[in-house]
Amino acid sequence: MKRSPRDTEESARKISRRGLILAAGQAGVFALLGLRMRQLQIKEAAQFRLLAEENRINIRLIPPTRGLIFDRNGEVIADNEQNYRVVIVREDAGDVDQVLERLSQLIPLAPEAIDRAKAEIKKRSAFVPVQVADRLSWNEISAVAVNAPALPGVSPEVGLSRIYPHGPDMAHIAGYVGPVSDYDLSRLEDQDPVLQIPEFQIGKTGVEAKLERTLRGQAGTKRIEVNAVGRVMRELDRDPGVPGADLQLTIDNDLQNYVQARLDGESAAVVVTDVETGDLLAMGSAPSFDPNKFVRGISSADYSLLTSNKYRPLANKTAQGTYPPGSTFKMVTALAALEEGLVTPEETIYCRGYIELGKRRFHCWKRSGHGQMNLHDGIAQSCDVYYYELAQRVGIEKITAMARRMGLGIRHPVPISAVAKGLTPTKDWKKEHRGSDWVVGDTLNSAIGQGFVLASPLQLSVMTARLASGRAIEPRLIKSVNGVEVESAPPDGLGLNENNLRMIRRAMFAVSNTRRGTAFRSRIIDEAYQMAGKTGTSQVRNITMEERRQGIFRDEDLPWERRDHALFVNFAPFKAPKIAVSVVVEHGGGGSVAAAPIARDVTLYALTGGLPPLEAYPQRDRPRIQREQSELPLVPRENSSKASRA
Amino acid sequence: MSYLEHSHKSVPSGFSKVLYLNWALVLLLVAAAAFGFLMLYSIAGGSMTPWVEPQLKRFVFGMFLMLVVAMVPIWFWRNMAGLAFGISILLLLAVDFFGTVNMGAQRWIDLGFMRLQPSELTKITLVMILAAYYDWLDIRKTSRPLWVLIPVLLILLPVFLVLKQPDLGTAILLLGGGGIMMFLAGVSWIYFAAVFTLAGGLVTAVFVSRGTPWQLIKDYQFKRIDTFLDPGSDPLGAGYNITQAKIALGSGGWSGRGFMQGTQTRLNFLPEKQTDFIFTTLAEEFGFVGAFSLLMIYGAIVVFCVASAMKTKDRFASLLILGVGATFFLYFSVNMLMVMGLAPVVGVPLPLVSYGGSAMLVLLVAFGLVQSAHIHRPR
Repeated sequence: MKRSPRDTEESARKISRRGLILAAGQAGVFALLGLRMRQLQIKEAAQFRLLAEENRINIRLIPPTRGLIFDRNGEVIADNEQNYRVVIVREDAGDVDQVLERLSQLIPLAPEAIDRAKAEIKKRSAFVPVQVADRLSWNEISAVAVNAPALPGVSPEVGLSRIYPHGPDMAHIAGYVGPVSDYDLSRLEDQDPVLQIPEFQIGKTGVEAKLERTLRGQAGTKRIEVNAVGRVMRELDRDPGVPGADLQLTIDNDLQNYVQARLDGESAAVVVTDVETGDLLAMGSAPSFDPNKFVRGISSADYSLLTSNKYRPLANKTAQGTYPPGSTFKMVTALAALEEGLVTPEETIYCRGYIELGKRRFHCWKRSGHGQMNLHDGIAQSCDVYYYELAQRVGIEKITAMARRMGLGIRHPVPISAVAKGLTPTKDWKKEHRGSDWVVGDTLNSAIGQGFVLASPLQLSVMTARLASGRAIEPRLIKSVNGVEVESAPPDGLGLNENNLRMIRRAMFAVSNTRRGTAFRSRIIDEAYQMAGKTGTSQVRNITMEERRQGIFRDEDLPWERRDHALFVNFAPFKAPKIAVSVVVEHGGGGSVAAAPIARDVTLYALTGGLPPLEAYPQRDRPRIQREQSELPLVPRENSSKASRA
Repeated sequence: MSYLEHSHKSVPSGFSKVLYLNWALVLLLVAAAAFGFLMLYSIAGGSMTPWVEPQLKRFVFGMFLMLVVAMVPIWFWRNMAGLAFGISILLLLAVDFFGTVNMGAQRWIDLGFMRLQPSELTKITLVMILAAYYDWLDIRKTSRPLWVLIPVLLILLPVFLVLKQPDLGTAILLLGGGGIMMFLAGVSWIYFAAVFTLAGGLVTAVFVSRGTPWQLIKDYQFKRIDTFLDPGSDPLGAGYNITQAKIALGSGGWSGRGFMQGTQTRLNFLPEKQTDFIFTTLAEEFGFVGAFSLLMIYGAIVVFCVASAMKTKDRFASLLILGVGATFFLYFSVNMLMVMGLAPVVGVPLPLVSYGGSAMLVLLVAFGLVQSAHIHRPR
């Protein structure tokens, strides 16, 4: 087909024109592309750079090393132990089932553990290490390491976990750690992101819980580069964080161990306080439990064994348990009366075994009566009638005021769990909580530490230390933090008449050193260690008329739960007091029988720094004491860890 | 037969033709491909495998093909246009029977030594047949309905076949390329106005069809459109690609993060980074400077095509050159608009840079045609 040159010319012109229009359109798109590049890469570059960094950089927490806990002599109470674990990485393992099968021939692996590991492996990405076994021995971990070529993808790892070398001895004081629970997260006003780490452990009870922030330290961070599926490519940098502070307790581990051994078989508590500093030297609560079981995750069988035990091993009876102080409260009543000038030491009150108040009869523990009693004898022989009389003179408000001055009814700021406030009743208190008016009978009961009055062994020990020193001793549990001594102001004087205090102390000395004293049987004959004390027997419940008809008259005939609590408080040595001791034996019967001997032995141990010397005991008691000492379930002393630590 | 009106004496012959090649265009093509090699090397983490080596081989082969095509007189190719188009249509049909399923779509024919993507081939043969058609057609008939219908059918046939695969990106390129050819040939504005009106109606129809039994496009294509309109709506799902691509682009900043230092690329945040999204890697590692340089190279290639077309008086040649240039332009502009979040994600590679054999070979052959027209233009 022919075409005229004119046609060709015209077609070329048309193409050129349309070509130029097209080119103009393309130039427009070209400009759009250029502008978009400029917008993204220059104007918004900073923002996108940030997004890219967020994409690639993950911040991982490095859990801080938990601070250790030592006793006052540098013995380790709570330690961090290397914990060997085995992890498996799926992508390196190849045939996971086969590798786990081989692994189970080297180390003990429960079928459930294998199933759990397999489920976890399936859930996670191929490159994520999954824990297979935990808390392996050195031999087991060595076996895994040696057989590494046959175990592709399996690698031994080491971490730190808490261990309490002294087990039950310190369980109530140091407490224990455990994994963070949802309950912990809701309860704690704690935003520390380290709590989100799956295997992180925090203090659950005791010092571990109360001084959690101090012991925990601060988590470090590491910035890591990850790819799109989360695989870690490399570590960019790290901030090591701050390890937790080491704590030194005022507790003497050897004394504590002795106390726990001495209390073996009882449901009892002992607190030993330094009279000068308020240092808590021992806080024994029996029975105890092994805190290490809780760290590892206690089995439900073990746990129900602990909770069903009627001796309540989990409760810290020293601070948490409150008991009617019984006759150990009589010093307070006596001191209140003396300070108010409502009685003189010489004045005698006649005890015929009871007093009558309206239609009610208030009995003395000695039914036959004590006869003429002065202040000294009233304490030494623990005459109840004498205090019934004082109570009516002084009134409850003054008695309660004196009790609080002596450290009762106050929650002492000791960093252990569930420190009880106890109870020192007032008229208002009764109105508010019991909805009835205070009656004189209440005052009488309170004056002998019965009725509403409740005190913990810790409070009783503080009370005794205050009586011994005349100063407002505050109990102290933390001796130093990271080697820096915890400063405490020297205790103020109680502002009491020293003559009155001396009167009380002398009467307390008579309790355990005069023939008529209620604790004469538990006397110490070595003058250097002689103690001044006070027995107490607090009624849990009166013996009912019904029971009397059934022939139950004596406390020992009652079931254990309803027997009296036995109490004893003392300070020693009498001439220059160093320590104050309180003993409560739950449902132990009479204080002179059940509590005083314990107090005597603990006092001797604390003062001599070792097993009580037989020479300190009366001659005829020595064979029995010797036998008792040889039967004590003491932990043999190790000196190895002592020198190197702290 | 327009060449008969010109003197053949002025056309170079024999090996002297090589001297008359548009060497600037060759250099620009090499430069664009070099960007590709560099990025593929980086994406592979500093390795020639698995992408640079085959890509390099194909490029050398493609350049050789380009020279061979360039040496052959343009009128030969004009005569071959119908055959070439016919073959590509047959191949498209063959894909339906022998094609290999890849990424959910049938696009390949395995030829043994390479996998051929007939849809790529069609892009160039469609330009050829349309150029030949309008060269043949009496210019006064250009806008007559019957003579408009024929090229429309020529365009819609491969578009339909490609959509069947389904390959929305190629269909759009074919439609765009064909439309541009008709526009260049001088088809009346009225038709284009009508088509755009119709297209508007069709788009509406497509959206209305969603969820009905006669749904016109696939669910994933709807998803892509949704994602394009609002990438933030599903940042971890369908919007992930676009979001991550924009992050990579933007984080490159002015001068980029450095060769092989792009974190988005290296840490696999970018999708399909060796193929459709390779521009994001370039933009991330070489920044605005690098990305804009590539854009400039592309622009220069198009400018050379337009200039070359303006020089030749031959209708077939100028239509062909402009058509190839326009197709090339559509390639990179749709790709860049897509990765920069200005267009929905459709599978269009970045020409000469993305990893892939068919597109590169076909493009180089197309530029061989441009070179042939350039060499054999009447002087």
